[in-house]
Amino acid sequence: MKTKNKLALAPWVFTVGFFALWEILCHTLKISSFILPAPSTILWAVWEYRNQLTYHAMHTLWMTLAGFGLAVGFGLLLGMVLGSSRLINAGTYPLLVGFNSIPKVAVVPILVFWFGVGWVPPVMTAFLISFFPIVVNVATGIATVEPEMEDVLRALGASKRDIVFKVGVPRAMPYFFGSLKVAITLAYVGSVIGEQNASNVGIGNLLTRASAAFEVPLVWAALVVLAVLGVIMYAITAYAERSMTGWAQRSQMAA
Amino acid sequence: MSAFVDIHDVTHVYARAEDGLPAVQNLNLKVQEGEFAAIVGPSGCGKSTLMKLATGLQFPREGTVIVDGKEVGAPVKLAGMAFQNPTMLPWRTTLDNILLPLEIVEPHRSRLRRHKAEYVAKAESLLAQVGLKGQGDKFPWQLSGGMQQRASLCRALIHEPKLLMLDEPFGALDSFTREELWCVMRDLHAAQKVTIILVTHDLREAAFLSDRIFCMSARPGRIVAEREVEFPRPRDLEITYTPEFSALVHELRGHIAQARQAA
Repeated sequence: MKTKNKLALAPWVFTVGFFALWEILCHTLKISSFILPAPSTILWAVWEYRNQLTYHAMHTLWMTLAGFGLAVGFGLLLGMVLGSSRLINAGTYPLLVGFNSIPKVAVVPILVFWFGVGWVPPVMTAFLISFFPIVVNVATGIATVEPEMEDVLRALGASKRDIVFKVGVPRAMPYFFGSLKVAITLAYVGSVIGEQNASNVGIGNLLTRASAAFEVPLVWAALVVLAVLGVIMYAITAYAERSMTGWAQRSQMAA
Repeated sequence: MSAFVDIHDVTHVYARAEDGLPAVQNLNLKVQEGEFAAIVGPSGCGKSTLMKLATGLQFPREGTVIVDGKEVGAPVKLAGMAFQNPTMLPWRTTLDNILLPLEIVEPHRSRLRRHKAEYVAKAESLLAQVGLKGQGDKFPWQLSGGMQQRASLCRALIHEPKLLMLDEPFGALDSFTREELWCVMRDLHAAQKVTIILVTHDLREAAFLSDRIFCMSARPGRIVAEREVEFPRPRDLEITYTPEFSALVHELRGHIAQARQAA
């Protein structure tokens, strides 16, 4: 078999192998399904609770995408400002880093004070947790425009704005799309945290209720749904990255 | 007749220079309209500073810089530039890279959209002149270093600048490609009647291409010698093997050696 085919097949083989091993271990060691249910049990639970899971998963998906969308818009804007002004960059960096180091789960209570329980806290948590990598990456992409390129354009009378939009922003796109892969995963974490603490719907909320009622298979089923959704969202952003910035991925390493 | 580029008694210190030493000091230089001037000197002599002063990217601490009859107080807008690094934008095709200056400079900026075909035709004719006919659709990273540098020359010329500044444009190329590009440059100069200031380390390059050569001293940079080059145009690469040419290069070599020792 060719190396290329092997590489294409490897993810499937490893994934199936992982679950097969899990299944076998659960049966041979007779692990109680309260501690660690076998994949077959979890799959059965997914099927059993499919309506409930779909309903809550769709809600989580919406929360994540709304927060992520806000983060993309705000992140691009702030990144552009920080990338084009060294003064603003230097001035706001400590604030940004400080804000980013606060674990966002600690912010949820404040969001509840402000907006009450509902859809706002999950969206806000998703937004707050995921905008930082976008800002940093866009700002870096813009701030690292080659000085020679800048000279060429400035000698033609280009304004700062011309340089940012003609060179800086397109140049930052690979960084931007790279950061989206990180941001979507973070947004997802944010919306689930928000739902666990301040919502009546969503997978996060379902998890909290199921674990309070010791419905172990449902907890695991919810986790599996979360994992599948996460992989799908990651794959979509990775696909967007490849199709938008093909020019940046021409090295042998990326092939 | 007043000079097209007149740098008069200029001293410049970069704000960021830690030792406060001037990059250039009491610099005097005159280039006539349509002339091909070359500036040679040991490395770090402030040749790039000179480029920035002449294009208005930096303003002199002392002295005056006059380009096209006006004192330079802002980027001059009539200059084209090319560097050792071709600095092509990888997300644009070669043709779109060449059209980039037109998106900045008036009056082209407001005309570009409606007269696109006209400008594309012009870019393609420039591409043909530098030996890149039909390569405009390729991305710059699909071209070799020499080809990218040719495209970079097209970009510097597309808006018909009155002044072309070249900062060691052929420095990173192998010697065969370099000589090919000398001829390209020679023909472009003959066709476009543009004033060119070429900064280079290569004395043979300066002697072959230019009408006038300035030798600069080590930092702080000054002009230590000015030499007219009288070889008739059009020049053939063969002249680089004549005794007169060797004598000229040898003479320049002497100036540079002195300039280095003085430092």
